[in-house]
Amino acid sequence: MPDLGPHAAFIVAAYGVTLVAVAALAAYIVADDRKQRLLLAELERRGIRRRSAKPAAAKAGKTQRRRRS
Amino acid sequence: MVSLANPTRFLSLVDAIVPWLTALVLILLGLGLYLAFFVAPPDYQQGETVRIMFVHVPSAWLAMFGYMLIAVAALGTLIWRHPLADVAAKTAAPIGATFCFIALVTGSLWGKPMWGTYWVWDARLTSMLVLFLLYLGLIALWQAIEEPGRAGRAAAILALVGVVNIPIIKFSVDWWNTLHQPASIVRLGGPTIDPSMLWPLLVMAVAFTLLFVLLHLIAMRAEIHRRRIHAMHQMTVERAALVEA
Repeated sequence: MPDLGPHAAFIVAAYGVTLVAVAALAAYIVADDRKQRLLLAELERRGIRRRSAKPAAAKAGKTQRRRRS
Repeated sequence: MVSLANPTRFLSLVDAIVPWLTALVLILLGLGLYLAFFVAPPDYQQGETVRIMFVHVPSAWLAMFGYMLIAVAALGTLIWRHPLADVAAKTAAPIGATFCFIALVTGSLWGKPMWGTYWVWDARLTSMLVLFLLYLGLIALWQAIEEPGRAGRAAAILALVGVVNIPIIKFSVDWWNTLHQPASIVRLGGPTIDPSMLWPLLVMAVAFTLLFVLLHLIAMRAEIHRRRIHAMHQMTVERAALVEA
């Protein structure tokens, strides 16, 4: 580390604020991502699905029924 | 590009990109910090305090980049009503606000030893503060309206109104008298900054930009999952109501 001169405190504070702000933001985003993935996995485990995410077998059956009709 | 507008395909791409992008960001940040502290010389006028530039300038650029991203996504929300556009806008706001906050604080910390004051109400500093307040307003709006579609449209209108502030920030140093120095990198005559400082700055700018992209992709993934969970809960409630009826 070079000698930062008489204004070293300002330089260290600037990099410190940047590090803390970016680390806090990254931690919040990563924690939120993990939480949502766990919640979604839990709902899917309980058999709850979105309308647009029907099981592949159900989709195939629906297509065949449409062809027959 | 069109196939990426499908949220499921977008999520697969994000899952594949995130580990590689994380490694690249860490390498570039390490290289940038090394160049900023051990290779870049002190400035002949500002001395060692010029090292604040390597975090201040990329943060200021990203604060404006984040807002422009929100404005473009706002067009996607209002014109095509694409759900990914609103997801992109909503998740970019806290990231842009954080970089705007960093630019304001590091600018103050640079200003005190160089100008003799932490803050002046001049055009550049005030317009950056307005940008930060716009970010906070957008975040508050998304939080205040529960239904994502309505919140997205209201925020998109506010974002497009606020975009007028971006050219004001950029050209404020040319249009008004200000303590802030004029543009020295993105200017018609080319950069006026010495290459020994320009290269570390560019490496830090690329590292910060990729960090922004990385955090934005992860935040978008979380938001898509949140909306899917919301939709699943709604469907469960509807089914329960049907059974009761």
